[in-house]
Formats: sequence, C-alpha cells, structure tokens
Amino acid sequence: MPDDNLSPCEVEGPSAGPPFMTSLDGSRPGATSVVTAATAPYPVVVVDPAGRVVELNDAALALLPDARTEQPLPSPGWLAAVQRAPDAVTATGTVGSRSFSAHPSLLPGGGTAWWLVEETAYRSATEELKAERERARFLTEASTALLASLNLDRCMEITARLAAEHLADAALVISPTRAGKLPAVICDHEGRVTRTTIPAQAEAVPGLAEALRGFPPVPSRWIDPASASDWLIPEGFGEVGSLVVTPLPGHGVAAGALVLLRRERQRRFSESEEAFAGLFAARAGAAMSAAWLYAEQNTITDILMRDLLPPSLRQVEGVEFAGGYRASVDTDRIGGDFYDVHPPSEDCPETLAVLGDVAGKGLEAAVITGKIRNTVQALLPMADDHARLLRLLNNALLGSGSIRFATLVLASTHRQGRDVVLRVTAAGHPPPLIVRRDGTVEEADTAGTLIGALPAIDSRSAEVRLAPGETCLLYTDGVTEAKGGPLGDAMFGERRLKRALAECAGMPAEAVVERIQMLADAWIGDGRHDDIAVLAITAPGGAQLSAVDGTTPGRRTA
Amino acid sequence: MTTTPASDRDEEPARHQIGSRLASARRDERAVAWADKLWNSVRAADEHSALDVVGNARAAGLAAETVLLEVIGAVQHRVGVEWAANRMSVVEEHAATAINDRVIAALSADRPATFLGRVTVACVDKEWHALPARLLAETLRLRGWQVGYLGAQVPTAHLVSHVHRTGADTVCLSAALSTRLPMAHAAITAVQAVGTPVMVGGLAFGADGRWARRLGADAWAPEARAAADRLAAGPLPRPRAPHQAVDDLPHLSDQEFTLVTRTSRTLVRETLQGLEQRFPAMSGYDDDQRERTAEDLAHIVEFLAAALYVDDEDLFTHFLTWTGEILTARSVPARSLLPALDLLAEQLRDFPRARGIIAAARGTLA
Repeated sequence: MPDDNLSPCEVEGPSAGPPFMTSLDGSRPGATSVVTAATAPYPVVVVDPAGRVVELNDAALALLPDARTEQPLPSPGWLAAVQRAPDAVTATGTVGSRSFSAHPSLLPGGGTAWWLVEETAYRSATEELKAERERARFLTEASTALLASLNLDRCMEITARLAAEHLADAALVISPTRAGKLPAVICDHEGRVTRTTIPAQAEAVPGLAEALRGFPPVPSRWIDPASASDWLIPEGFGEVGSLVVTPLPGHGVAAGALVLLRRERQRRFSESEEAFAGLFAARAGAAMSAAWLYAEQNTITDILMRDLLPPSLRQVEGVEFAGGYRASVDTDRIGGDFYDVHPPSEDCPETLAVLGDVAGKGLEAAVITGKIRNTVQALLPMADDHARLLRLLNNALLGSGSIRFATLVLASTHRQGRDVVLRVTAAGHPPPLIVRRDGTVEEADTAGTLIGALPAIDSRSAEVRLAPGETCLLYTDGVTEAKGGPLGDAMFGERRLKRALAECAGMPAEAVVERIQMLADAWIGDGRHDDIAVLAITAPGGAQLSAVDGTTPGRRTA
Repeated sequence: MTTTPASDRDEEPARHQIGSRLASARRDERAVAWADKLWNSVRAADEHSALDVVGNARAAGLAAETVLLEVIGAVQHRVGVEWAANRMSVVEEHAATAINDRVIAALSADRPATFLGRVTVACVDKEWHALPARLLAETLRLRGWQVGYLGAQVPTAHLVSHVHRTGADTVCLSAALSTRLPMAHAAITAVQAVGTPVMVGGLAFGADGRWARRLGADAWAPEARAAADRLAAGPLPRPRAPHQAVDDLPHLSDQEFTLVTRTSRTLVRETLQGLEQRFPAMSGYDDDQRERTAEDLAHIVEFLAAALYVDDEDLFTHFLTWTGEILTARSVPARSLLPALDLLAEQLRDFPRARGIIAAARGTLA
C-alpha cells in the first residue's frame, strides 16, 4: 500500500460512526482533531465514489483479507452492495461468523470511509433474549392451553398441535395403554390434527419404547431418521430429516411419548432445542397425567354411584310412573332421598313403588339409601304384606348398626280394567296425595312408625283406586319444607302443594312431576334446601285437558 | 379415525357469525296439516293418537327432521302462543310438553351411522324449558353427531365436568327466559375456559341474538335447524383465552346488578307495602292474591337485574311490553304496572342505570 495514499481522512461529525469520534469540517468552530484510518481502533475501509477501495487499515485487512486497493470490495456482499449504492447509509451484516454494522462517513473528495463496528456479542445476546422470551411466552401459552382441559384426548390434541406449531414440522403424541394398539394423535405439517392408533411394537422406532417406559430421552443425533416407521410419518410429509423422541413424564408413571419430526430440508434439532422440547414435554405430561387421573376417578365414582342414582322411570304394566329428584347440594346427584319402582315378578304379582327419606344429607345419607333400596329389593316377595315388609326392613336396619333412621312410603299397584288400584303405606312419612279427575285432592289414610329407630313398629295401609287421569303423588318433606317464596321467608307447605296438585288433574305423570318440581324450584330460588324427591303414579289416558282451567286468579306474569 | 380441523389462526373474521341469521327456508308445506293433527292430539292429551300422527307423517314421506321441527316444533310453538293468549293454562302447557317429549322419544329410532363429532346440548342452570334443547339434540343426532343431551337446568359444574369427560367439540346452550342470562354467562365463560366453543340459542338471548354476542358466545342460532346448519358448515372458532365475566361486561363493576340481585326480596317487600298504601283496595286481598302480586313483583325485579347485567334497557322494556300483552289478554290494563315501577325507581334512587332502565320501560307502557 503506497505511503502517499495514507492521507488523513477527515470525517463529518453528525453522520459519522462511533460517537466517541469527534471530527470536523471547516464550517464548525471549536477544537479540531484529526484521526487517521491507520490508527483507528476499528476496521476502516475507504472507497472512492466509484466504489473502488482506496485504503484499508490493518484491522480491516485482517478482517477482509481478499480486499485489494483500486478494486471493488469482493466480499462480503452486503458491504459491497452498500458501497456501490449512490446514498451511503448504515448497514449491518456478517463477516464469517461475526456480525458488524458499517457506518459511512462522507469524505470531502467524494469518497466514503466505512467504519466497521463489531456487534457479534450484542447481536447474539439480543437473539438469545428474543428466543428466550419466545420460549417463555410459548411455555405460558402451552401451560394455559394444557391446564384448561381435563380430557385426555383433548390434552393429546393440544400437545400435538402446540408441538407442531412451535417445535417441529409435525408432531406425534402417543399414550401408553396396557394392551393392544396405542392411541396416538398426529398434527401434520399443515396443522391438521388426526386421531389414530399405532402398532404396539414401539421398538420399531429407536428411543420410543424407552420413552414410553419413562427412560431418559435418546439424543436425536443417535436416531437415524430413515429408521422411522411409516405409521410415524404423516401423509404427504416427505422424507424425515431429523427426529426427536421425548418422554412425557406423568405423576409417577409415564404419560406417553412425544415424537417431533422435521423435514429433510430443515435444520436438525440442536441440543438446546431438544432440551426445550423436554421442558414442554414435562408440562404436557403433567396435564395428560392429571386428565388421566380425572377420568379414572370419574370412572370409579360412576361405578360406585351407579346404584345410588335415582332410576329413570316409565310406564309399567299399564301404570304411569314418573320421578323427580333434586339433591340438597345442587352439584350433587345423590342424597338422602330415594325412590324405586319394582316391576312385578314371579314372587310378587304387583308393581311396588318405594319413596323414602334417610335422616341426613349428602354422600353418607346416600349410602344408607343404597342399603335400604337393596334390602327392599330382597324383601319383594313379602310385598303383599306391607306391615311385614316394614318390620323386616326395620330389623335389618337396626341390626346393621346404622344410627340413621328413615321414613318411607310403599305403594303396591296393579291395573283393574282402566283403573289403577294401589295399596299404600306410609312409615313415619307424609301420606301420599291423590288428585281426582275433578281436581279435588285427598290424603291417603295411612300412617306408621318410622324405620330404623324403634324395636317394634306398626303401620296402617290404605287402599286407593285411581280412575284414568288421576294421580297419586308420593313426595318427601323437602317439597313442603322448602323455604323461600317471593318474600323469602315462607314455607312452601302442604296447602300450596295441594293447590298445585289440584291443577294437575288429568295430566300425564311426567307433567305432574315437572310441575311440582318447577314450583318448588321457583319457590326456593337461590336459597338453601333439603333433598327433594317426588314420584307420581298415574292411571293413564282419557282426560280432557281442555275441561280443566288452571289459570289462577290474580296471576299477572309468567 | 376422526379429523379435527386445522388451527384457525386466520379465522378471526369468522368469529362474529353471531347475529347472522342462517337461512332456514327449507320448509315442507305438507308439515302444516300434520302439525294441525298433532295439535289436536296434544290438546286432548291423547298420547296414542299423537304417536299415530307422527308415525303416519313419517309413513307419508316426511323426513324425520321435518317431523321434528315443523310438526312437533310447530305444535310446541303454538302451545306458547295459546298460553300467552290465555287459551291454555300453565298446567296444560306442561301436559302438552310431556306428550311432545314422548313423541320425540318414539321418533328417534332411526340414526345415521356417520360420526361428525361430539356435541353437548344442555339448558342453562335454572332453565326448565327443555324442549327446544331436546329438538336440537335430536336434530343433531339425525344428522350424524354424537350428542350428549343433559336436559333442563344443568348446574354449570355438571356441564363443565361433562365436557371434561367426553371431550365434546362444541357445547350448545339453550335458555328461554332472559332472567337466565347471568347464569348463561357463567356457563359460557366456564365452558370456554376448558377450550371448548359455545353456541347459544333460545329466546333468552333476544330475537336477533344480541345478548349472545354481549355474553361472548362463539355462535348464536335462532332455531334448531340453523344451529345444525352452522355446525355442518365447519367447526366453531376456538374460544378466547380464559377470562372473567367482568371482562365481557365492564359495567358490572358499578355493582348495580349485584346490589339489586342481593336485595331483591327487600325490594319486593317494600314495593308490595308501597302498593298497599297507595291502593286501599289491596288491603282486601287474601294471602294468595298477595302472594301472586309479590311473585309478579319478584319477576319484574329479576328482569330488571337481567337488564342491568347485559346493560340493555330493551331487555326490560321487551319484558314489560310482553307482560302488558299477557295482562291485556287477561283483561287487566297494562297501565296497572306503572305504580310498581314508580315505587321501584324510588327505592333505587342511587342507581342511575337502574333508574334509566325503569324510565325507558315506563315511557313505553304509559
């Protein structure tokens, strides 16, 4: 490089590069300092207006060994391009593995000095921060989405979708089962989520069997993508470039495995990406495990509760039965009230309807209702003699050591022509109400001792005959003792129940039950209440509803 | 193998399909005559002839969906009209519904073998009018959806638990009375928090579905066929991220809804006493008449609270206009509601939104 070319280059202040460089043009008053490119602590390249290199300092030469004076800069391309451009503007780019920003200073002679400031560390720190923020945001989003559902299938779908959107081109979530094919969810490269099953021979894919058993993941670089089974690859995906298999750790057991797939032309999974996939898998695994536990608990509860739920009723031997139930805790499905309808059998020629109320509320009372219902079922052959059945039931309850007592009503029914004949017995329970065709309401003349409290009990049965369209209503005191009303302080009471029933002449059993339940419900409003059970026994058919006018005087709104 | 749709990142414009009424012009003219026949059977509470009518209609070539919506649905609609006109009692309405229910059960024998996805259909908590939801459930079944029908008055906790258990793709919620809107909102928000979209329907949400939009439902349908068409058109957009009720309805933070709801019984009692002072004739009321009046006042307060909840005076005005028509049908002048409104407004003098709502309704009635 000829020495005479090493003239000091003056650089213009405001548009100049690094801020510590004070420089001058003649128009500005004040101190003057002159910096030569040769002594600058940055790589400096001076080019003439035609873009040919005029001068390079040592730092620039070390950075750009291909640069020659009198020639345009051969590389890097981004710097060569801005140097050829008519207006000099700051540009950034890489040289080898390092990042630089190039700041132009216009020289009086028409040339430009380019100051190259290294930004490698700054850039990688910003990029890492950005990546970290994206990961944190993704993990938050993933946690929110995964926490929302307690359904295993949904959790698998969410896991597959999130993984395919953020971590790979396609993702496969596999859930372990005890036997047979493994349920799996695939989210393909176009975002389509598909449920499928895969063969149980997970050994076909390296690392999958280990992941499904909860062993640490096999590093991606050890897995040959070509060994991936066909069922692993979504349709139309093409060649697999790289593959990650990560276990989904559950609560104590493996919740499954997550397989991430990248297509051939994509970059391979880096170690940090694999580690991050592990973080995501930990969250997904916990969510899937919670969903699995929830389903398991629900199955157990359902099985245990199956016999405690009120049965669904229908017409039996030409008699309509309908029941309605509301537990004292609105989110419960069972409580201390119960009803059953036993159709006739070899040992018991009549249909037996039972409705009762165990002292107390909630699950514990419900368990006692289960015992009573089972005992009554066993005693069905004695149903022709209510007093005897109640005596045996009383003994059974006293003998079981249960401290709870119960009240109940038995109603044996059979058809006689178009009429229905009932034998009803109330044991410590409000007597059933009968609504006649003309809307009169009667109480069945029956009474008796409650069950499970005293060693000796007695009871008196009543015979009731229902003409078509007439109904006999069995109910628990949850109806009559419901507190509320428009002013909030009154009991629903027997009078209101009877008046409501009077309007139900000629109605089908379901409609009677619905009407009474709805009135009680409206009466209670948001207030507290006891368990409520009603059971209607109706002689079907024949009523002329239009003959009954149920509008109540003074009623102004719905 | 089932397919759920691609992520709907760019479906944002489709989000507000609520309110866009889907055409339901496919009507079968033959259905009208069958609806008349079914009406006669239902009116006579004759279950057997009702079942015969529906069986014959099917045998005559009417599609099951047509029978469901244009025969049974039409009869149920007529029940409501007849009741409003005081030609049918509440009790008769129950009886008619019970018979329609049995008829639907008999109709639902034929189901296609296709599987389009899982839908849960339920009524909002405290909502007793189950038939519209039942009609929707059966329509969806006929079209090949796997439907979990939960019936009337489903506590929100049950609904959410059901969605967790079944992993339903969509929840359809029905409500007939606008006083159920706060409950409906709780249910919509809870189901959306599970990540499942909610379509709502029923008169409670307004004839044009405006309150469905306000409560943040993902879709609204005016009737069962429109709802089924909407689901057939593709999955609903994924619901928004979990949020609180007050995020949808910022006006709730003024506490007017809360206070009116919590003091509703006091409001009713004081209004009743005020009426008795103003109208000496009321002192001659017996307990039952007094109770009826108190029930009517409780209704007015409930609808006022619902109007405060959605912040729309139209809800209250609609209710009072409708009540006025019911009263007129029962030979009571609609103006008889005005003193009660005045007394309520007096008690709510520190509640500007409530007073505004009452004033608007008063203007319509006067």
